[in-house]
Amino acid sequence: MKENLKIQSYCRITNNSIVVNGQSVFENKAAVFPEILKLAYRQLNLNYPKFFKMDTLSRLAFLSAELLLKGSHNSNTAIVLSNRSGSLDTDLKHQQTIDSGDYPSPSIFVYTLPNIGTGEIAIRHKLRSENAFFVFEEFNAEFLQDYSSILINSAKSEQVLCGWVEVDNHNIDGFMFLAGKQGEYDLDTNIIEKLYKA
Amino acid sequence: MEQLKLELKENIIEALNLEEFTANDIADDDALFGDGLGLDSIDALELIVLLDKDYGIKLTDPESSKEIFKSINVLAAYIDQNRTK
Repeated sequence: MKENLKIQSYCRITNNSIVVNGQSVFENKAAVFPEILKLAYRQLNLNYPKFFKMDTLSRLAFLSAELLLKGSHNSNTAIVLSNRSGSLDTDLKHQQTIDSGDYPSPSIFVYTLPNIGTGEIAIRHKLRSENAFFVFEEFNAEFLQDYSSILINSAKSEQVLCGWVEVDNHNIDGFMFLAGKQGEYDLDTNIIEKLYKA
Repeated sequence: MEQLKLELKENIIEALNLEEFTANDIADDDALFGDGLGLDSIDALELIVLLDKDYGIKLTDPESSKEIFKSINVLAAYIDQNRTK
């Protein structure tokens, strides 16, 4: 039977601010792209040195997940992320290391796929449930609502961490939410759009 | 040799993005992999690139790499004996 699904929590990250459930948790108007992710990591006292090895896209996904999954571990959490530019930001850096005439950097190369961020989250939170990454022209609330509902209603997962993690042209545009059976907001396309644009 | 060890630590911190470390945090006999600095297989590839780029050393035998990357002491001694630049 289909349940009335909810948005348990949500997180918005842009170049200068981080908002969780409508409350500002970090703001730095002077932060230059992509500095906010590192500054926030330090302020939030996250102890995960591998964060510094990640590319900007994975840092964005990782940090969003940290803020949403903190204190509510459920190993049956699926991850469904999306964006417009894939891993282009890192692809360009990888190309630069090739063009420089030196060896391409192995540590940059490993991030030349957008779904690496889902893997980083899964490793950190010991999640073995479904994870997927999709590329769309623009933020697609309908797809996120639909896909997460299917996963929960078909008992593939109990909750879904899903959203939009876009890094391109020196801009960070992150919106992630945790869909499940409890929460303040209905898992509704209009509400997802509204929270993303807030 | 002490200067080489310091240079090596600084280069490793930069190449491997070990932003939470300073050269002082790495003891000369600390294990670089496993329980020591906790480096992984991608870091090993970066170290191989670093040896070639900075010291002109090409490592081709994975088994010998394991021994060479044991600690800063071992790595510095190997570089000292085999560097071409």
